[in-house]
Amino acid sequence: MSKKQYKKLTPEQQEYQIFAKDREPQRPIVKNCFKAFFVGGIICTIGQALQIVYIKYFDFTEKTAGSPTSATLIIISILLTGFGIYDDIAQWAGAGTAVPVTGFANTISSAAIEHRSEGYVLGVGGNMFKIAGPVIVYGVFSAFVVALIKIIIKELGVI
Amino acid sequence: MLKGHQTWVFESKPTIIASSAVGGPKEAAGALAEDFDVLHSDIWLGQDSFEKAERKFLEDACEKAIEKSGYKKEDIQFFLSGDLINQIVPSSFAARTLGIPYLGVFGACSSSMQGLALASMMIDGGFATKVLAAASSHNAAAEKQFRYPTEYGAQKPPTAQWTVTGAGAALVANEGQGPRVTSATIGRVIDLGISDPFNMGAAMAPAGVDTIKAHFRDLNIDPSYYDIIATGDLGAVGHRIAGDLLIEDGMDIPKEIFTDCGLLIYKEEQQVFAGASGCAASATVTYGHFLNRMRKGELKKILIVATGALLSPMSYQQKESIPCVAHAVSIEM
Amino acid sequence: MEKFIWAFVIGGGICVIGQILMDGFRLTPAHTMTSLVVAGAVLGGMGLYDPLIKFAGAGASVPICSFGNSLFKGAMMEYELHGIIGVLTGIFEITSAGISAAIIFGFIASLIFKSKG
Repeated sequence: MSKKQYKKLTPEQQEYQIFAKDREPQRPIVKNCFKAFFVGGIICTIGQALQIVYIKYFDFTEKTAGSPTSATLIIISILLTGFGIYDDIAQWAGAGTAVPVTGFANTISSAAIEHRSEGYVLGVGGNMFKIAGPVIVYGVFSAFVVALIKIIIKELGVI
Repeated sequence: MLKGHQTWVFESKPTIIASSAVGGPKEAAGALAEDFDVLHSDIWLGQDSFEKAERKFLEDACEKAIEKSGYKKEDIQFFLSGDLINQIVPSSFAARTLGIPYLGVFGACSSSMQGLALASMMIDGGFATKVLAAASSHNAAAEKQFRYPTEYGAQKPPTAQWTVTGAGAALVANEGQGPRVTSATIGRVIDLGISDPFNMGAAMAPAGVDTIKAHFRDLNIDPSYYDIIATGDLGAVGHRIAGDLLIEDGMDIPKEIFTDCGLLIYKEEQQVFAGASGCAASATVTYGHFLNRMRKGELKKILIVATGALLSPMSYQQKESIPCVAHAVSIEM
Repeated sequence: MEKFIWAFVIGGGICVIGQILMDGFRLTPAHTMTSLVVAGAVLGGMGLYDPLIKFAGAGASVPICSFGNSLFKGAMMEYELHGIIGVLTGIFEITSAGISAAIIFGFIASLIFKSKG
């Protein structure tokens, strides 16, 4: 809980936060980090292999091979999500599957599959970006702000 | 009759003439599978949405309880039911199917005992002769509404709990054979500032403790009066916290008596983190396992303290903490 | 061969940062991914992300922060060609493949698959 939230609590509530935290099974942070490192590393290595395949056999360059590589990893994640395997791997791997682009694809496909019961337009279409939405919104907005700042600095002749 | 501040004593001791417990595949593989009347092999039940499937589980439980009683739907005056889904839709739609005059209850996971308390009050007060009280929950429907899509790869922490897929129902009457409801303590909403929806146990424990203390204070009895005191779904984390809080307040309930429905229903190897949760946790374990043991003569007096977390998906996003409530019902043979 | 080792190490390392955000700072997965994307855009703006991609290959281009970098690069590329309006027209230029694939195949998945629960 954030410091701001903690300050809003009464003394009794603050005391309980500590009481409860003492009795909470600790998250195995170190173990989780190792697992995340391992799985994240593997996914990126697979990505590297895919990049080399695309450069060698499909006429992509080092600069342009990133796109088809991402697309391939995305399709694989969506298949694993559909078959119900992805969430089991992710429970073990944590950020190892969430941080690579595979996590992004999983948020979109899992939401799409889940909300089919509400129809294709409002259900699938309307809910697909439930979890991925913030990534796109903040990615675009921060890219926009950073670009503007860089342009202003350039125009002012500093760089 | 009112006893103390917030406890009802039912002088006529309404009888639970029939009860049922229905579950899904995980419950079928669980530790109390023998005490379920119907166990389904999948969570869809041939429906095209989880919410519709939950309604089917609930209808199943109700129909089974009615069937076991030997009565017909038309003999029952009122139907009380609750669940976790928005606007308690599974309960309302099940009520549509049953056609019995309906009162929806919402106490989150405390709905089972809330319904049983109200049903018993209606019988004891002479306002009905037969009332059906039920509660249900569905793992996928609850995850979809409160947390993430079921296929989403979020890593659940060790404090998370597994919502039971199933339903339990009890038919309470003013005559007949069976375990009898003797009292009920209605809980206050308690909020000690926990805001993590993946740690419901810690959020609900204080409410459970408050209601337990109120029950023993109002009736002026001792925990040793009961053979079993079971919280609904505090899970490993919440149950431990509740036990410690009670000891701090001078009430040490012996381990043989103090248990939790959420800890009983699944086996260790089923990897359910801190234990089971959901309205169906207390409903199926009470209306199946515990009442069966009472009917067999193994238990004479039990106190079920169902605990509920009164959050909504939106309250969490609005940075609210989780207020909780617990309702206790005593059942004696 | 060396490329593979660095892809593994850097990619794994970025995931560890994500795990610490999730377990240590108690951020939700959505908050974690969002933070990394914004970090990618900022590092891209500072000219630090491209050298990382050159060094670690897929270890830097597969994690979600690369997305932020690509959004920034797309905006700058179009700016160089078409002036300030390029910032708007170019943002999705490089990331189009990823987003389109996710939407298209995510939708197809909803047609074919059912939740396992």
